[in-house]
Amino acid sequence: MNAPFVEQKARQTLTIVDCDIHPAHRTPDELLPYLEPHWREHYQTYGVHVRQALSSALMVPRMMAGGMRSDTLPERGGPAGSDLGMLQKQHLDPVNVEFGLLMALSKGGMEERNPAFAAAMSRATNDWQVDRWVRQEPRLRAGIVVPQEFPEAAVAEIERCAGDRRYVQIMISSRPSDPLGHPRYWPIYEAAERAGLPIGLHPVGYNGGHPSTGSGWPTFYLQEHYVFTACMEALATSLIVGGVFERFPNLKFVMVEGGFAWAPALAWRLDGHFEKFRKEVPHLKRRPSEYLREHFWWTTQPIEEPEQSRHLVEIIDWIGWDRLLYSSDYPHWDYDNPSFAFKFPMTEEQRRKIFRDNAFALYRLA
Amino acid sequence: MRLPFAGAIDCDFHPAAPGMPQLLPYLDEYWREQICNRAIDRMSFAMMSYPPNAPISARADWRAATEGAGSLAQVRAQLLDGFGLKFAIANVIHGCVALHNDDMAAAICRAVNEWLRAEWLDREPRLRGSILVGPQDVSQAVAEIERLAPDRRFVQVLMLVMGEKLLGRREFFPIYEAAERHGLAIGVHAGSTYRYAPTIVGWPVYQFEDYVAQAQAFANQTVSLIAEGVFRRFPRLKVVLLESGVSWLPMTMWRTDKTWRGARSEVPWVDRWPSEIIREHIRLSTQPFDATDATAVAQTVDRIGSEEVLLFSTDYPHAQFVGEEALPDGLPHEMLRKVLVENALATYPRLAQDAATPAIADAKEDV
Amino acid sequence: MSRHVACTAAELPPGARKVVEVEGREIALFNVEGRLHALLNRCPHGGAAICAGVITGLAQSDGPGDYRMERRGEFLRCPWHGWEFDMATGQSWCDPRRTKLRNFEVSLEAGADLVRGPYVAERYPVTVEDAYVVVEL
Ligand code: FES
Repeated sequence: MNAPFVEQKARQTLTIVDCDIHPAHRTPDELLPYLEPHWREHYQTYGVHVRQALSSALMVPRMMAGGMRSDTLPERGGPAGSDLGMLQKQHLDPVNVEFGLLMALSKGGMEERNPAFAAAMSRATNDWQVDRWVRQEPRLRAGIVVPQEFPEAAVAEIERCAGDRRYVQIMISSRPSDPLGHPRYWPIYEAAERAGLPIGLHPVGYNGGHPSTGSGWPTFYLQEHYVFTACMEALATSLIVGGVFERFPNLKFVMVEGGFAWAPALAWRLDGHFEKFRKEVPHLKRRPSEYLREHFWWTTQPIEEPEQSRHLVEIIDWIGWDRLLYSSDYPHWDYDNPSFAFKFPMTEEQRRKIFRDNAFALYRLA
Repeated sequence: MRLPFAGAIDCDFHPAAPGMPQLLPYLDEYWREQICNRAIDRMSFAMMSYPPNAPISARADWRAATEGAGSLAQVRAQLLDGFGLKFAIANVIHGCVALHNDDMAAAICRAVNEWLRAEWLDREPRLRGSILVGPQDVSQAVAEIERLAPDRRFVQVLMLVMGEKLLGRREFFPIYEAAERHGLAIGVHAGSTYRYAPTIVGWPVYQFEDYVAQAQAFANQTVSLIAEGVFRRFPRLKVVLLESGVSWLPMTMWRTDKTWRGARSEVPWVDRWPSEIIREHIRLSTQPFDATDATAVAQTVDRIGSEEVLLFSTDYPHAQFVGEEALPDGLPHEMLRKVLVENALATYPRLAQDAATPAIADAKEDV
Repeated sequence: MSRHVACTAAELPPGARKVVEVEGREIALFNVEGRLHALLNRCPHGGAAICAGVITGLAQSDGPGDYRMERRGEFLRCPWHGWEFDMATGQSWCDPRRTKLRNFEVSLEAGADLVRGPYVAERYPVTVEDAYVVVEL
């Protein structure tokens, strides 16, 4: 599996961009000050309304400490990821993070069923990210969480935030209610293109109401963890085949935490069957793989670890070294440390691209 | 590339699915009455996954083969003689498995299997069959396996890749128990009963997306079979993924291996690397391969890391390749005999016996 | 091979764990019900400080649906990705041949023996009355 461990000092001297950091609420009430008064009351009375049986637990529970690194609990109390000081001490400082991109998963309205409340929660979460994190730690950047199932409200939220450069992307759950190529989501893409912001797709625990597979629900977390890739494969397929990039030629998607080793095989399958389905999708002017290579970026965590690391290098050669963005997923259990996660040799240039330059260019960081 | 020698075994070809009128003689009186009186015999059971006129569903030069009468003659000419095959395994994908009435589904499955036996297997000794079952009613599926197992021309049990529940679940174990006991493989073929959206993110807009999503369904079933310990419980069982595509498999192995190292204690019966279990128990048919060129094919084979996994198929009459180029370019030369013959013999114990018994294999054609 | 006094026995009672630095290396010391373990404080997989790991047993099974815990207290689960390591050998349960936590000989020694012997650690004022945890690097 892995080459025998060679003892070495952490060799991360480069400054890096981490494209996936999860901030958490310290207390369940943390969002209240950011909600309008009547939504505050609604939230305290009814809580969230999502498409699953349990309101605040996953029905396929995580393996490690609720899905967290078991060394990330703040000494001052509160859940993992809720303490800025700990994030700085445990991650930003030691691994030399120059910019860290926040992915606010919790209660952002992405999966809320009540449209108006979903919009209110997105607003609150976006204000909270900036107020409690970015304002206090200039290395951090926010992502605009949107009530994705209600595109009109999503567009309004994009327009409210987009002028503020502390938001560097739009964030959409990779488990939407419909495949994202569906025309009903297109207003969001129009707004994203207008704002010049990439769209980051990240799995959010709750979902759009569909089972994790076309044959129903998985029994075990071992299976549920796998479907993070299936989301991304289905979304890439839908965005490409749906013709989104013919209509929005400047749109960029970042696949966060969905693996990347699937990309070549998916592209081969799409291209291989394209001719037979061509008449069904006359809006496609190019082979599907061309859209995949042009409009998508991938974050690296949790990095695939084939027995032979050259296999992963082949995959990256296909995808392009300019398409991968380092991500840690701090404080989640499948965290990738930049000094250890890449178990294959890279040139200095390749390292710079993956750890820093690709993200700088894509997100126009400065 | 073309087949380098005669005598290959095609593990996935499709006789044109019989229409209901063709099946009536094989139904008992009750079901014949039901089906006629309810005009079910005038319904098409064409699957959503294979629109009959779509280019994927039949190669233009093979189209005639889907038109009922005479189709055995065409299969002989275009497939068996055309490719010089020793055996070809007939997988009949019939829409009856999508019915919600389990009894009606089981009755039609029985008729389909009887039709296959009488109209194909009895007439052409190079043909072998799969026992079509609807797994959602486990006891009727097992009964059908038991009913047909004595006929050794049936070499596997056939199910769709997308159904009501993931195939690793324990409730399906009696099906696997019966299959293992009778020396039958489990064939899982592309297609869905559409109990759920075919993707985790809902219903795609285009047929093209549905077809592409089948590969993810196969990956999910692979992970399910591993996680639920099916092969720990049935160590002699082989599962053959039919029309699954191949190139997705290495990523699935890598990812499942990695996650297992952290999640092992959740499924303590998984006591070996998932990739090792996959290499031992899961087989994939070679059409479609889903790799654009010879390099991509060779890379995929190298990443799979075993010569035993691939079984030759044409997927006849589906349109997967052009002309006689039934083998993907890029398969290592020294692997060809395995892919074309030996792996199938190792996967289907009944085929291996027949291959070793010339009297059966060369039995007279009954025309 | 050299022997180093890592700490006093009193600093590592049963149930305790402690990180010490010996010759520039971080060593995680564990006392599990009287059994001492000294492991390099870095996971061979992804670099986690394994001193924060979870001490556990080994989930075993005779087949689907059968669960039992064995060898309680003999395994360390990495705080990040949860890989399980046999504390006595350092071997990863899933991949014993290729993935190992570096582990070191560790013993409890009486101060009286240390004072006499050739292994006295410069940074530890060893007294005859106490007992010490000694690590061999
Ligand atoms: S860092 Fe220890 S298991 Fe990954």
